[in-house]
Amino acid sequence: MTRLVMSGAYAQSYAALLAKVQVVSAYPITPQTSIVEKLADFVALGKLKAEYIKVESEHSALQVCVSAAGLGARTYTATSSQGLLLMHELLHWASGMRAPIVMGVVNRAVAPPWDIGADHTDTMAQRDTGWVQIYAESNQEVLDTVLEAYRLAEDPMVRLPVMVTEDAFYLSHTVEPVDVPSGELVDRFLPPRDARAVLFPGVASRLGSFTGPDHYVEFRRDVARAMENVPATFAAVEAEYERLTGRSHGGPLSTYRTDGADAILLTMGTAATTARGVVDELRAEGKKVGLAKLRMFRPFPVHAVRDLAATVDRIGVMDRSYTFGAAGPAATEVAAALYAGPRHPTVSGFLAGIGGRDVTPGEVRRMFGALLAGEPTDIRWIDLEEQQELKIDG
Amino acid sequence: MAKLTLPAQELMYSGHAACPGCGPALTMRLVLKGLGPRTVVSIPACCWTVIATPYPTNALGVSVLDNPIEATGASLSGLRAAADALGYKDLNVVGFAGDGGTADIGLQALSGMLERRTNAIYVMYDNEGYMNTGVQRSGATPLGAWTTTTPVEGSSRGKPESKKDIMSIVLAHRPTYAATINPAFPEDFVRKVEKARDLTGPRFLDALTPCPPGWKYSSEQSIELGRLATDSGVFPLYEVEDGKYHITRKGGALKPVDDYLRAQGRFHHFTPEDVQAVQAEVRRAWEHLLLLEKETA
Repeated sequence: MTRLVMSGAYAQSYAALLAKVQVVSAYPITPQTSIVEKLADFVALGKLKAEYIKVESEHSALQVCVSAAGLGARTYTATSSQGLLLMHELLHWASGMRAPIVMGVVNRAVAPPWDIGADHTDTMAQRDTGWVQIYAESNQEVLDTVLEAYRLAEDPMVRLPVMVTEDAFYLSHTVEPVDVPSGELVDRFLPPRDARAVLFPGVASRLGSFTGPDHYVEFRRDVARAMENVPATFAAVEAEYERLTGRSHGGPLSTYRTDGADAILLTMGTAATTARGVVDELRAEGKKVGLAKLRMFRPFPVHAVRDLAATVDRIGVMDRSYTFGAAGPAATEVAAALYAGPRHPTVSGFLAGIGGRDVTPGEVRRMFGALLAGEPTDIRWIDLEEQQELKIDG
Repeated sequence: MAKLTLPAQELMYSGHAACPGCGPALTMRLVLKGLGPRTVVSIPACCWTVIATPYPTNALGVSVLDNPIEATGASLSGLRAAADALGYKDLNVVGFAGDGGTADIGLQALSGMLERRTNAIYVMYDNEGYMNTGVQRSGATPLGAWTTTTPVEGSSRGKPESKKDIMSIVLAHRPTYAATINPAFPEDFVRKVEKARDLTGPRFLDALTPCPPGWKYSSEQSIELGRLATDSGVFPLYEVEDGKYHITRKGGALKPVDDYLRAQGRFHHFTPEDVQAVQAEVRRAWEHLLLLEKETA
């Protein structure tokens, strides 16, 4: 174990290095991050024995990974916002071909207008593509989660691609101390890929194929079953990782000071860090509030959300993206999960941090204030309220 | 009496789903004869998606990977990267894509693969349109040809633009080897496939593949049409290695293009002036090819 100070981008690179990925492919679309630059250094210096394919588009980057995974290689790519949108078609191919690709995504806003700040619109637009989605809160969590993601993706019960995301700038370009496990330890945790379910050269076989309704439904159901197997598999993977490293990031959904809470705020990514501090402040002021951190968005942890609702009557959900004409994606999912469950607390949606705007402790306080006051549950653009107040104050 | 000049091994099985007289089916058969079983073929959305037959059947005796229509070049880079990483030294990595998936929507990935010098063979089977989806025009559809999106009615008289010159685009990338192949000339065809097989780096094979339903002719005429295409100069057979052009079939004077055009329903509306225009274009391209061969000798 070594402690290094590194950005969230480099945490992805170091994890890919430790995972001994065999094929890397990437394209510097508007904007790539230093993830792939660091990997180029690792390959050039001989630290990583990988084929690094520098392609001419993000679409091709993911196709390289899909095809390489089809022959049995362990693959990695990274992207962001527009690049992820361009990959959309291949995202479906990756899951449909059961390619255990791991991809780092730096969550950024989508154009127009151009904005490279943290925003979850890019990955939320991919939530229906059959990829496991895990949102990290810290650089340490980025590194650990990428390693866990390979075990999860390559597990015979799963065999699905995984994207490990991190908020732009707050993680990708911010350095933090990160404990880097030794290569020997990672080798024990993550052995070479078992490539039995792939194309074998010289053997008549077909990966992809075409079919009609007589078989197509079964293929889709297989992907659905694989998704259903993720929670149990991930729990086992995380337990083993904890045994080896002493670190756990709390499963798909973790809670903080929710005991006896009158209101719980659910957040994703880096906003959880800010919200945790606010929870401590409000608790100190005698207000019974707690935090839920949603780490895994796909598969959505339906049962964990229902457990969360067992004792609380007001849940706020902070989304960093908005589904136009509907609501925040996480708020919608939380409400849907609760509807079929035994208890139905009020679910309030908040939009904050859009396009990289700061999610301040003041904003989080406003969300808790609204929850505790039992204010109407319509979606609220906290960002705009803050801005209007600043203008008034100024 | 000629000896058997083609490899006997069949890696494309009967029971495939091609139309009778299908040029792309003949092309796949001959390509695999030249390459042998240590081959993985990446196939984008195209006629061959269907010809290979639906799950759980398979008309090919090699490994097949499906890919989206625009990504064949990238797929080849991925397959080769994995083959290198996993130590598969003797594997032919082959793309088998239609003209639309190559010259139109797949051009970017093809260019990337050529520029990266991916060690793979890209075969474009050119049936001069989007035939599997209902005979729409592609960039490779020739001047004046009828298609369902360049109809011959009202103000429209077939495709108003000329055929995209994919070989020149490919050759601008300086591939290791590029050649035109025609299943109507199987010895020349397989010789070029074998030559491509034994080279390394990016290799490109451009196959003209007659399409009975798309070109509107009777299926038993596919070979005859293919021969006419080459012997009239519409589709000359040549290869380019290390920048050197070599025309592999010179049958004396070119036959008039009239016979080739009149045999196909897609050109039935041609006036004598239309035929003359095509003839002039073919003659100009042929003269240019002769010049290239001479200049690079």
